[in-house]
Amino acid sequence: MNGSGKWRVSRRGVLAGGSASAAMATMLDAQPSHPRRQADIPVYDVSFTVNGEPRTLSLDPRTTLLDTLREHLQLTGTKKGCDHGQCGACTVLVDGFRINSCLSLAVMHEGDRVTTIEGVGSPDHLHAMQRAFVQHDGFQCGYCTPGQICSAVAVLKEIEAGVPSHVTEDLTATCVPSRAEMRERMSGNICRCGAYANISDAMAEVAGVNV
Amino acid sequence: MEFSAPSPDNAIDQLKIVGKPTTRIDGPLKTTGSAPYAYERHDVAADQAYGFIVGAAIAKGTIKAIDLREARAAAGVIGTVSTLDYSPLALGPMNTANLFGGAKVEHYHQAIAVVVAETFEQARAAAALVRVDYARSEGEYSLDRAAHTAVSVPPEEGERRAVGDFPSAFAQAAVTIDREYTTPGHSHAMMEPHATIAAWEKGRLTVWTSNQMIGWGKRDLCKAFGLKPNQVRIDSPYIGGGFGGKLFVRSDVMVAALAARVVGRPVKLALHRPLIINNTTHRAATRQRIRIGAERSGKIVAIAHDSISGNLPNGKPERSVQQTTLFYGSANVAVDLRMAQVDLPEANAMRAPGEAPGLMALEIAMDEMAEKLGLDPVVFRIMNDTQVDPTKPDRHFSERNFVECLRTGAERFGWSDRPAKPASRREGRWLIGMGMAGGFRNNQLQPSAARVRLRRDGKIIVETDMTDIGTGSYTIIAQTAAETMGVKLTDVVVVLGDSDFPVSAGSGGQFGAVNSTSGVYAACIKLQSLILERLGFDSADATFVNGKIQVGSRSVTLKEAVQSGELLAEDGIVYAKGYEERAQQSTFAGHFVEVAVDSFTGETHIRRMLAVCDAGRILNPITARSQVIGAMTMGAGAALMEELVVDTRFGFFVNHDLAGYEVPVHADIPHQEVIFLNKVDPWSTPMKAKGVGELGICGVAAAVANAVYNATGVRIRDYPITLDKYLANLPRPD
Amino acid sequence: MKPFTYERPRTAADAVAAVLRKPGGRFIAGGTNLLDLMKLQVETPGHLVDVQDLGFNKIEPTPDGGLRIGALVTNTVLAADPRIKRDYGVLSRAIVAGASGQLRNKATTAGNLLQRTRCPYFYDTNQPCNKRQPGSGCGAIGGASRGLGLMGVSTSCIATHPSDMAVAMRLLDAKVETIDDVGTVRSIPIADFHQLPGTTPHIETILRPGELITGVELPRPLGGRHVYHKVRDRASYAFALVSVAAVLQRDGSGRVAVGGVAPKPWRVEAAEPLLRRSSESFANSLLSGAAPTEDNHFKLALVERTLAGILHEVRA
Repeated sequence: MNGSGKWRVSRRGVLAGGSASAAMATMLDAQPSHPRRQADIPVYDVSFTVNGEPRTLSLDPRTTLLDTLREHLQLTGTKKGCDHGQCGACTVLVDGFRINSCLSLAVMHEGDRVTTIEGVGSPDHLHAMQRAFVQHDGFQCGYCTPGQICSAVAVLKEIEAGVPSHVTEDLTATCVPSRAEMRERMSGNICRCGAYANISDAMAEVAGVNV
Repeated sequence: MEFSAPSPDNAIDQLKIVGKPTTRIDGPLKTTGSAPYAYERHDVAADQAYGFIVGAAIAKGTIKAIDLREARAAAGVIGTVSTLDYSPLALGPMNTANLFGGAKVEHYHQAIAVVVAETFEQARAAAALVRVDYARSEGEYSLDRAAHTAVSVPPEEGERRAVGDFPSAFAQAAVTIDREYTTPGHSHAMMEPHATIAAWEKGRLTVWTSNQMIGWGKRDLCKAFGLKPNQVRIDSPYIGGGFGGKLFVRSDVMVAALAARVVGRPVKLALHRPLIINNTTHRAATRQRIRIGAERSGKIVAIAHDSISGNLPNGKPERSVQQTTLFYGSANVAVDLRMAQVDLPEANAMRAPGEAPGLMALEIAMDEMAEKLGLDPVVFRIMNDTQVDPTKPDRHFSERNFVECLRTGAERFGWSDRPAKPASRREGRWLIGMGMAGGFRNNQLQPSAARVRLRRDGKIIVETDMTDIGTGSYTIIAQTAAETMGVKLTDVVVVLGDSDFPVSAGSGGQFGAVNSTSGVYAACIKLQSLILERLGFDSADATFVNGKIQVGSRSVTLKEAVQSGELLAEDGIVYAKGYEERAQQSTFAGHFVEVAVDSFTGETHIRRMLAVCDAGRILNPITARSQVIGAMTMGAGAALMEELVVDTRFGFFVNHDLAGYEVPVHADIPHQEVIFLNKVDPWSTPMKAKGVGELGICGVAAAVANAVYNATGVRIRDYPITLDKYLANLPRPD
Repeated sequence: MKPFTYERPRTAADAVAAVLRKPGGRFIAGGTNLLDLMKLQVETPGHLVDVQDLGFNKIEPTPDGGLRIGALVTNTVLAADPRIKRDYGVLSRAIVAGASGQLRNKATTAGNLLQRTRCPYFYDTNQPCNKRQPGSGCGAIGGASRGLGLMGVSTSCIATHPSDMAVAMRLLDAKVETIDDVGTVRSIPIADFHQLPGTTPHIETILRPGELITGVELPRPLGGRHVYHKVRDRASYAFALVSVAAVLQRDGSGRVAVGGVAPKPWRVEAAEPLLRRSSESFANSLLSGAAPTEDNHFKLALVERTLAGILHEVRA
């Protein structure tokens, strides 16, 4: 691979040329009588940490961070709701920032620090936000819940860091974790079961907000 | 256990655990991502391959050819399945649209092929290489165009569509309204896509899938694949939302099973999000007409409700009129349910089918009628309460506290502060309004069975094919078993969603909680008798308390009772034939909403919501409240934003993803208050509870609509109530 | 998603060379829009050039009192920058009106400008779309068009540009800085950056093949009151029906740009003197030549009313 030294193509497949165009040409020539052809697309190595643990993977570059977590690392706590950035179920923290892991290629995360719901807390050692979600019933079916919790943890930090939101009245004043601020900032996490009011209660408790 | 008469006092009435606010026992798993959903079962069926479904690109027609050569040759591809290789798979009784097989395309995004590969990325890329040659047919995609062709659907057994003489009574009524209302199609839009892992082993099919009704699913899979019941297993321990969209097996199960057979390996696949809306089912759009006639005093003397919906041939209508024969007292009632053929995807059940869209219309009509009569809408509804089934006046409601819902709600909400005149209250640029509506949904009795084991460590293991779709089944079942067996909640282990377990009511029609817990109660009572039998105790005097069986001065722990081996009891609740006819079992609500409408832009914000619910005993106030606030949220969506937009030329729902089909987000939903009257209803079951999960949505949208009217003075009868519909008539600030 | 190759160069020159060297080369930064469309095969690049290491992630003052925003500055960082919050409030407000917190953490300044339309016919590869597949027709005309455009549209395409940030950039007269394969640096006024569809709706910007956005320059601050009002069907996480960006001065003068109505942020400088008169007269001028559909006709009134609300608040 040209460019950065830490990037290399692992040519695990059969193609010496290792490019998509060559692969495409081969596909067009192929006969239907050979349905069991194996992968001949380039594979890339990538290393990052997940929940503090270093991970090195060889991946089809099309693999999203989400599918890497769910399928390759079997960390299925992160959910696939839409795979198109429209629901927030796949929210994870990368270097402390929450992102939609469905809209990010794993190979672009070389050296990153990824935190998933499994890294936030476990059934025996719940994070304060997880405990508050249980206490306030901030979920029902549970499918959006890991994303909601990752987002909730990040939202409180964003408010602390002075990142404004759509409902921030004075951009230059200090951000406060009001109910309105939390609701607006959580809006990228859809909950069709409609646990919003309870999630708001859970976050308010963790943030120490009374109103 | 057969239930044939109102329940006497029983173990549940102790209410040591049942009825207490109890956080979910599955909470620690769900909040940590440890609860496994269908697509996530890396622990089962080794060597899973990935499938990706191809959906039809046309709405109606025939597939002339499918060219799979490129797809088969693509990297990583293991196999393909084409609809042309199969005749249509036999459908279960609840399905309408073909799920897979054959050349006929009945709706857009119908599953027509699946590509299986080593990885998801390979399967998805190869699926895009499938070339399909279609012959399009003419179709009808507009309900408005088709409405005049709609024909009346015959009443179901026992259903009465008319009483008295509506036409005369309406003609003679002092005050009348005659209005038309439209509701659009709605999508369940549950967060977890339909997903399945299918594996065959020695002719036996196992599917790990996401399904609300395991018993139905097993029945339908047997039929589709010609298998015997012992050759099919469904496992669905966690379901990422259903709302009716996962009541019946869908194409994901069918094609995963076929693909797994073809490639000789377990196959896992999910419906990708942009496919779900057109591939699966939806709540039908309706066109409704409501006529109400009343005396000047406000007493309703005539009410008629007509509804038209569309569906594929042999589909079912949206039963929007079904509450109208029961909700308000009137001597003259007439309802008509009509259906037109439209070639859109299959319309089928979504949360509170019938009542949800029916009350969206009826409860605006009631608001309009109250206004015309010069009555407060709460007062008007109270005046027209009935304690008997208006179509069979000698048949009473088992428990009906609708008036108390309204009175309690009005007081708690501060209804007396409602602006009497629409568009009369301003706060700066905001117009403020309050609205209310009644909620109504029947309580349905369904047989439900369970197996309960007393393990040698003293733990109670409950096994039933009941599902928890977010409803809280795990928790209320554990509460029921703990209460009945006299043990702590933590001494109960609940295992759900496996078709190898006894068949439960399943999750649908708000019948899950009350029936499944009753089935568990029945099994526990049987387990009690087995324990007593083993101990040689006289059952009449025995009590199960604090982990012990006590008879007189004798006391044995449960653990001691099974020293010689565990005990297992299986039983269920069944209802005596005709029992349901003796009394009408329904649930009731009063919904109250306050909105603020931007007088410049027409943007609507819901400020407050309150629901007062009468649904029998509340088994767990925490999970029941969550069901209700969730339903209120869905109702808010129906009121303000949710609409399946139809392209009436090409015949598909255009906004077929979660960006296009907008559902409420956090910022849309304010604090929500729920009050349960908690009136015990011994008629329902030994649990004396009734359904509540669908009641919560019934009437909500109309309460929002009525609040928007109160705020703006503009009456919109066409959902969703988006600003484009009233902007031109919206009063501006001076 | 079609197979592609991937590389992550360290310099802009390498990146530009790389994107031209391989067929179907594309830059990728945040990826939030590109990957969404690649999964649907609306976009089918053969080679992805990851630009995240190119260093365009600073916000720096310019000699003439403005700010230069690196192309890779994320939406979150830009909206939260104290200088942006203080001096370019309309930009901060526009950014946080768009997408979600998660998306804004990934989405970059350049990528935001290059977002593709959210027209549902563009997204559905079974449907005709001249933008996606030139010559295939426009499904939206005569179809579902409530969210689509009425200004600057053509008989080939009525798509809108979905960005909120770009509306504020247009209002502020930002300039888009680029570099190409021979090292030529261009500074493109934002007004010229996005192209109207005409008969070539697949051509959306003035960028040439291989040209890379390196940053966006904001002129010196305008002062005045900064407002961004986005109107949508739900309260958040939705694209605009209409959005109005305004900077209004005490003397009654001001600037207004509108989103959700056109294939680019819609601003008519010549109409702005009419802001002193009334929202109606300004809106009539701004929206003259409108070609609404039955579905989106309401946007005409909505633009005017949204602006009226802004003027009401600011002048109160």
